[in-house]
Amino acid sequence: MDQEIRDKYQAVIGLEVHIQLLTRSKLFAGDSNRFGDEPNTNVSIITLAHPGTLPKLNKRALELAIKMGLACHSTISQHMIFDRKNYFYPDLPKGYQLTQDSTPICVGGKIGIATHIGEREIELNRIHLEEDAGKSFHPHDASESLVDFNRAGTPLIELVTEPTLHQPEEAYQLLAEIRKMVRFLEICDGNMEQGSLRCDANVSVRPAGSMELGPKVEIKNMNSLRNVRRAISQEIERQISLVESGHAIASETRSFQEKTGGSVAMRTKEELNDYRYFPDPDLSPVEISDHWLQQIKESMPKLPHQLKTELQKDFGFSADDVEFLTESPEMYEYYTQTLEFVKDPVTALNWLKGPIRSYTKDANLTIADLLLSPMQVGELIALVEEGAISFSQAAQKLLPELLQQPHSKPRDIAASLGLLQIRDENILEETVVEILKAFPDKVESFKNGKKGLLGFFMGQLMQRTDGNVDPKLANELFSKYLN
Amino acid sequence: MDINEQTLHKIAHLARLYIDEDHKEEILNDLNDMIHWVEKLHEVDTEGVEPLTNMSQEVNSWREDDVQAHISREQALKNAPHSDSKFFKVPKFLK
Repeated sequence: MDQEIRDKYQAVIGLEVHIQLLTRSKLFAGDSNRFGDEPNTNVSIITLAHPGTLPKLNKRALELAIKMGLACHSTISQHMIFDRKNYFYPDLPKGYQLTQDSTPICVGGKIGIATHIGEREIELNRIHLEEDAGKSFHPHDASESLVDFNRAGTPLIELVTEPTLHQPEEAYQLLAEIRKMVRFLEICDGNMEQGSLRCDANVSVRPAGSMELGPKVEIKNMNSLRNVRRAISQEIERQISLVESGHAIASETRSFQEKTGGSVAMRTKEELNDYRYFPDPDLSPVEISDHWLQQIKESMPKLPHQLKTELQKDFGFSADDVEFLTESPEMYEYYTQTLEFVKDPVTALNWLKGPIRSYTKDANLTIADLLLSPMQVGELIALVEEGAISFSQAAQKLLPELLQQPHSKPRDIAASLGLLQIRDENILEETVVEILKAFPDKVESFKNGKKGLLGFFMGQLMQRTDGNVDPKLANELFSKYLN
Repeated sequence: MDINEQTLHKIAHLARLYIDEDHKEEILNDLNDMIHWVEKLHEVDTEGVEPLTNMSQEVNSWREDDVQAHISREQALKNAPHSDSKFFKVPKFLK
């Protein structure tokens, strides 16, 4: 789209992020909350809404929701109830979803993000607890849809931002930060492909400078961070094109299309959004005591932005480097463990973001999949530090072999590959003397001023030692005999 | 407030209920009786009274996060009008 036309409008974006909580059991029943099991095996009479059954709240889910609220500086509601959101859909056994409408567990709050424009804080409207629905499948060749209720009743928190985002990039960064936060808090695995972290975006456009909001379109089914950015960009352009050509924007829900990056209309909101919320009478009210809230506060782990500040302060690392080290809890953990074996924090960082990252990237792995322990990486680095092997030999030959034999010691593999440099001065000295004896004429020329012949002598030495010589030491020895 | 035919159709649609023409009048009357009864309650002065959402005075009737009380898939699917060996089957609702 022409930038001049684009600049005539401002986009207004709000996100709704669904976060599946890492509990063992469901929000209101004891059936397992495990992903990927055989269909309809993690179900109970409560989940399936058999008549006469009553829900009972999972205390752990409350705790995890409170953790997210504390991390976002929200106000934690100490008195709350659950509400029924009524709608009819085949994946919703009770005909209503248990959620929090009037008393969300976390109110307000903010999350800091950084984009190329700078840093800003995104205000949150609320975070509330609710149950997930089942999952349906629609086989092409069949006249019926299939429903699996394993996911039904899974505890979710829904985080709702204020509509104060204006750029697709801001939405991307916010979601990336949320994903990191939930992983460091260990409340969700953050897996967008499997749907344990899901994001819907509300997008509207208005003439730049206007305060009035345009009709809102909701985009669903964006299953990766990248697609969130793509989908919002395309939606903004679609809306601007409509307005520019004199068409009205329908307030509707649209489904993201992976192939095109665009979206298709799902249903018109006005027709169906009549949820008739009311307080659920089956669940008793919840009171969060000051004491329990204090205990949860004290159990809070450090968050990515705090760890970044620490790394910058302690080691003077760049913004990119701290971003790299805090991209996942596993990476941060791996780095801090490596530091137990490596003295220099920069050396450890360079190994992780250099040879090790290029290996995991090529093999399509994450640091969590790496078969090498931080101790082995520490031993590998120590070999280079003590001059037993050169950096390039270590990175290009030893590391790949070590990855093939992840239970071996780096020093043993280096020895078996003949990579250890000869650092025994006596052995090296003998070889140097042998070389000089073998080429008396060249020694003569050298002494007469042809200093370039040092390269020839070094070449001889490399040949006789298969290159495993500490160059500094070799240089010293040649100087000793030639001068 | 009275429930008229239009409201009746709307709530029937939201609940995916089919209402027989012969019963429409009767249902409208019943619903209006209920609404009137609740309206009668509005006459009570509830100024300063916190809303009651649960009949018992109990709070924090929660459970620990333990896995229990599963039922087998066979049991789960037993009462479904349509199923195969793994799934509940419903009329196709999305292409």
